[in-house]
Amino acid sequence: MKQKIGLVAGVTLILAWCLLPVVWIVSLSMKDAAAVTNGSPGFWPGDAFAGFDNYVTVLTEDSYSQFRRAIVNSIGISLIATTLSVILATLAAYAIARLEFKGKKLVLTTALAIAMFPVVSLVSPLFDMWRAIGLYDTWAGLIIPYMSFTLPLAIWTLSAFFREIPWEMEQAAQVDGATSWQAFRRVIVPLAAPGVFTAAILTFFFAWNDFVFGITLTSTETARPIPASLSFFVGADPFNRPASLLSAAAVIATIPIVLIVLLFQRKIVSGLTSGAVKG
Amino acid sequence: MSAVATAPGGTSAKKQQKNGRNELSDRLKAENSLGQRLVAPAVAIMLLVTAFPILRALYLSFYNYSLTSPDDREFIGISNYVTALSDGLFWRDIAMTVLYMVVTVAIELVIGFAFALVMHRIVFARGVIRTSILIPYGIITVVSGFAWQFAFTSSNGFVNGWLPFIDDGFNWFGDTTPAVIAIMVSEIWKTTPFMSLLLLAGLAQVSEDMIEAAKVDGAGWWQRLFRVVLPNMQAAIMVAVLFRALDAYRIFDNIFVMTSGAVGTESISFLVYRQTIEQFQLGMGSALSVLLFLSVLLVAFIIVKLFRVDLARARGE
Repeated sequence: MKQKIGLVAGVTLILAWCLLPVVWIVSLSMKDAAAVTNGSPGFWPGDAFAGFDNYVTVLTEDSYSQFRRAIVNSIGISLIATTLSVILATLAAYAIARLEFKGKKLVLTTALAIAMFPVVSLVSPLFDMWRAIGLYDTWAGLIIPYMSFTLPLAIWTLSAFFREIPWEMEQAAQVDGATSWQAFRRVIVPLAAPGVFTAAILTFFFAWNDFVFGITLTSTETARPIPASLSFFVGADPFNRPASLLSAAAVIATIPIVLIVLLFQRKIVSGLTSGAVKG
Repeated sequence: MSAVATAPGGTSAKKQQKNGRNELSDRLKAENSLGQRLVAPAVAIMLLVTAFPILRALYLSFYNYSLTSPDDREFIGISNYVTALSDGLFWRDIAMTVLYMVVTVAIELVIGFAFALVMHRIVFARGVIRTSILIPYGIITVVSGFAWQFAFTSSNGFVNGWLPFIDDGFNWFGDTTPAVIAIMVSEIWKTTPFMSLLLLAGLAQVSEDMIEAAKVDGAGWWQRLFRVVLPNMQAAIMVAVLFRALDAYRIFDNIFVMTSGAVGTESISFLVYRQTIEQFQLGMGSALSVLLFLSVLLVAFIIVKLFRVDLARARGE
């Protein structure tokens, strides 16, 4: 009984930890913008409640068109980077899990080293290189570094996953009369798909979250993604960030993450832990 | 390193094998080259944006190279390094970064472990807990930084009102210590879930029989925790610490959003950014990049040596 009370308390604590700041930013996004400029302390909006006014402002007013453009950039860049990264990682992970070849250890070590690479140390040389070859401030200029930094995680997750697939089933299907394409499509693809999907989610999170490349390798709204765009938010008073409008934009940027988490939490947890702990 | 990706180099020895084994060695050779061709694109992309630029940074670091006067680029040897290493600011930022790393990882380890213990034992609401714990993990760091910055401000936040021993008008971002605390809170909030999930996976590997046996032998809860559970999940703890520590060492987003490096909160990553992007000092920025890269290697080396992390496990090998 005593243990049960402890667990309930623990669960409550975890939920409060995880959700309090989220509730807070939603609450702040519903405070009236003018009231916030004058100062309106407190967790709940109270008298300053403005409903969805700030969302309407951010999504319709001309001065926030750079944010709306950033949404398009972020979605486009993240999806392209995710797709390309997962394709390359699937090829590599298949080779690592199924084939014997020279340099396999080296590939895994390289991936591990890159996962720990200090991203900011690339800012100077990439800034210089991208300007020289015309990739600065373009979608491709962000997609390439996103791919490099998501490949390690995708390769680990996928190779751990592919190792668990019963590949003999492919031959069994062929013995039963399936062509090799049928065997691959009907047997292997359904088994591998969940792993590929998990890798895709983790890759998408990275690309969506990135700030270092987003702020250093872009200069205009042509390619600037959401996190960088948020840091450029200015309101009526240039020295005072428009907290409630910014919060509304931040909530909009968080919606895709919440949706993905709600739909796929089980897959994400297994993907996050598979690379780190054998199990 | 890119040699791995290109041609199968060392297979010529196999050609000299006897006729009878030719078929087998051909198959091995084919497998070898297929494997290498499959990993080649991924390896090429990974190195294109890491190994090549860091070598380029090494080259640029020997020049006095400023974007404001690109034509005056001149070779100055190790002057940039001498300037950086003899400047108190560099060492101050390194110390600050180490402080961020040590404090946040230590706190995350304790809280993350407590969370993992709860999640390991519960039989109800598992889905709800997992979903909510993934929200801080998935949320954009910049958003977390803003949420906490606004929470700490006296004009629109709630922290001053909730903490009884803090004056309502207290400015958290006016002095180093409170500003660093605010930054750490945001960092810890966002990354503890990741830590707790890794630790949860480690906990799941500790055999229940062993814990039961200790219980039968009369070991109390704390004894079981420190003598049975923790030693048996050492590998998982070390991997979690290594990953998080190197991640925390790169701290940038929260500092950028919450203080812009003001009041002495700057980290080494932020210094590199400032030199390159704000001051256009590409030569000095490159030298600092190289130093940052070397310092990460050093930190990784120290952690691996100190805790004897088994890297093979980290790769799932």
